[in-house]
Amino acid sequence: MNYLFVGIGGIFGALARCYLSTSIHESTLSSFPFGTLCVNLIGSFLLSFIAYASLLSWNLPRKYILAVNTGFIGSFTTFSAFSLELVNLIINNNFDLAIIYVSVSLIGGLGLSWLGIKTAYTFYQQEQKKGDQRQSLGEATQEN
Amino acid sequence: MNIFWAVAAGGFLGAICRFVVSNFIQSKHKKPFPFGTFAVNLIGSFFLGFLFAKHVNPLLFFFVGTGFMGAFTTFSTFELESMELIRNRKFLISLSYLLLSTILGVILAFLGYWVGKTL
Repeated sequence: MNYLFVGIGGIFGALARCYLSTSIHESTLSSFPFGTLCVNLIGSFLLSFIAYASLLSWNLPRKYILAVNTGFIGSFTTFSAFSLELVNLIINNNFDLAIIYVSVSLIGGLGLSWLGIKTAYTFYQQEQKKGDQRQSLGEATQEN
Repeated sequence: MNIFWAVAAGGFLGAICRFVVSNFIQSKHKKPFPFGTFAVNLIGSFFLGFLFAKHVNPLLFFFVGTGFMGAFTTFSTFELESMELIRNRKFLISLSYLLLSTILGVILAFLGYWVGKTL
């Protein structure tokens, strides 16, 4: 049954990637692969955020997390196109662009993964604080 | 409209295959190195290179290339796994995962391209 959830997420992830990366590519018309770069960076943030937020605060059944993270975002981002685009840049002697593409993808992806984790923790702490306030407010009214 | 269905069907199958293959490979290794994602990303890079060289009809490329191989491989999990290795102070494993995936991914995509051209 989990397979089906992953697969359904995969459908929407692949479609969203195809649509977004094609429209970015068409609007830039550059030999630099902005389309794949954008989906990979956006996905790196979302995957980390959802993975940690669901671990910390959301009480979602595992199958939904599989659908969204493993299915949707896993398919939304892609490694094979990243490799092939690097080959294309190298074959066409665009070494500068190849190095920029690798660095921005890897380091940017790490940074955005970190930001996703941090954002999930920040939300979690805010929720904890609100919970504490509500609790102390409740205690105060009870005392009156 | 056909492109839509080709990408959707490829994405459906690719995501399920990634889930099955990466879990299976990871279960065989009790090490912190993420062999599961590592393997699917390299396999997918080879086949995308192969398919690219073959100049197949565009609809087939949307199905197998953009849909299946795109969904079978994943960049977000790769980055999150690298970040988690860093957070667990496994710097060397993280660095080797990042570099090996990228360098072998490029080599395998090129190899796939070359095999596709010669076959």
